[in-house]
Amino acid sequence: MTPELKKELELLALKIRIGTVECIKSRGFGHIGGSLSVADALAVLYGAVMNVDPKNPKKSDRDKLVCSKGHAGPAVYAALALKGYFSYEELKTLNQPGTNYPSHCDCNKTIGVDMTTGSLGQGTSLAVGMAVGDKLQGIQAKTYLIVGDGEANEGQVWEAAMFASAKKVTNLVWLIDWNKKQLDGFVEDILEPFDFEEKFRAFGFEAVTVDGNDVEQLYEALTRSVTDKPLAIILDTVKGKGVPEIEQAMGNHSMAVSAEVFDGWLDGLRQKLKALEA
Amino acid sequence: MKIVYNGQKDTRLFKDTIGATIEKIMESDDKVIWLDADLMNCSGTAKQLGKSERYIDCGIAEANMVGIGCGMSAVGLKPYAHTFGPFASRRCYDQVFLSGGYAGNAITIIGTDPGITAAFNGGTHMPFEDVALYRALPGATIVDITDIPMLENILWQAKDLPGVKYIRVPRKDSCQVYEDGMAFTVGKGNVLRDGEDVVIIACGIMVHEALQAAEKLAVEGIDAAVIDPFTIKPLDVELIRRYVEKTGAVVVAENHNRIGGLTSAVQDAVAGMACGFGCVAVDDIFGEVGPQTYLRERFDLTSDHIERETKRVVKKS
Repeated sequence: MTPELKKELELLALKIRIGTVECIKSRGFGHIGGSLSVADALAVLYGAVMNVDPKNPKKSDRDKLVCSKGHAGPAVYAALALKGYFSYEELKTLNQPGTNYPSHCDCNKTIGVDMTTGSLGQGTSLAVGMAVGDKLQGIQAKTYLIVGDGEANEGQVWEAAMFASAKKVTNLVWLIDWNKKQLDGFVEDILEPFDFEEKFRAFGFEAVTVDGNDVEQLYEALTRSVTDKPLAIILDTVKGKGVPEIEQAMGNHSMAVSAEVFDGWLDGLRQKLKALEA
Repeated sequence: MKIVYNGQKDTRLFKDTIGATIEKIMESDDKVIWLDADLMNCSGTAKQLGKSERYIDCGIAEANMVGIGCGMSAVGLKPYAHTFGPFASRRCYDQVFLSGGYAGNAITIIGTDPGITAAFNGGTHMPFEDVALYRALPGATIVDITDIPMLENILWQAKDLPGVKYIRVPRKDSCQVYEDGMAFTVGKGNVLRDGEDVVIIACGIMVHEALQAAEKLAVEGIDAAVIDPFTIKPLDVELIRRYVEKTGAVVVAENHNRIGGLTSAVQDAVAGMACGFGCVAVDDIFGEVGPQTYLRERFDLTSDHIERETKRVVKKS
């Protein structure tokens, strides 16, 4: 990765974080922790990896993203707004009556969202189906799937994983956001998932673990060539990444704070942006 | 519409019709996909396994199968997904609801062995609640298959209909009611027999029981109309209300719990009308194992029960 691309993606990740916080601030509460943890992955996907066209968001041979942890909607919306799918100002209508930006991703409402998700686990099968569907039609496209580590409690996740490797769905890239926390506490305390990388390898995937908040490592993993198996990338991330107060908060799945607190978080992120741009 | 019902069993099997019809549909439309949950031997499609990549056995993972089908729909394919009725409804309901209906994907789900036709698989496999679940899904189409010509026609139509389609169909034999090659219109019920005293509204395996009952009632001087709505959703409300207005009495017959199925749908349709109302349906109880002949009696799903219920309703109204 060139230094220029690295800087570009780090800037994009920071902007996604700012957009995410602004989006959630507009409603006063929202799923902030798990949105911030995937900001870097979204930056690399939309900034350097995925073949997409904001001017033609439904083109059939585009790469697709299924954010199965649908509650990370605010981060997805911020990435899409920054990519040019819609006006940045629309982020500030999150969860307002009649909005096109609900808590959980909805492909019938938001331009650029490839699949509706929210009932955890379901995005996995949907993504596998999209990838198989593209393959059967000779469409050269990849489907990128983001699954939460808590979401992996769901049995459907493993049904889909078994299918993906058994049927050699090689145009699927499966990301696990291993941010260590779910709604009720630490993932290892709620339902210990053990070693995700080993698990996916046992399921027949090519599997690798990277620092999921490092754009360079993400880029290397997302662009590696795998031809005979689906690829699983375990993202070792921090829930709430980028805002120290959120990172340290135990209950950071969904947070409701005052406008002043949101502004403080935004100030910190903007200072980082300014420093990086300098 | 030509009715060919003569009370005799059709020698053709539903499952063979599924296999043969899907094969023809596949040949005519390369967007069509068949998904199954380790039951291709039960859907008449097993001989295709390994011959075409568009027949996919998903294994015993119904929720995943439905999700995969919905994902395929999102990229332009036309999936059919098959498993037994209980697993095609309650086992994967959240997936049907969200990945299918809510997400706006189009999928045809075929639930075989509805109600008592599960017979020797017993109560665990006997869906008396599948229609109730699908009725609660906005925009769903629900078809309770009456005979082979209907199955064939509906399978052809389903691939291009929007949203979630649920087809409940036995695997074995039936009595033929409609002529071969007949075209059916979703949402438009069929009047199989006209009548002035009462209308019997029946679907699925209860249609021929209703026709038998009507013949017996005629001997006793009761002139019963028989309607096969066949799409429980959308229901032909206009037709049903017209016949209830005309006769003043209605009896519903269905192979399903009386809660949430055709009985409930007809009650909704005739709400506010002054009429006698009866039903021949499964009480609010679970299924059990046994031969279908035993189960018909056990769950009161015979022409005799329709006859008795109709007399009771006509007498009161």
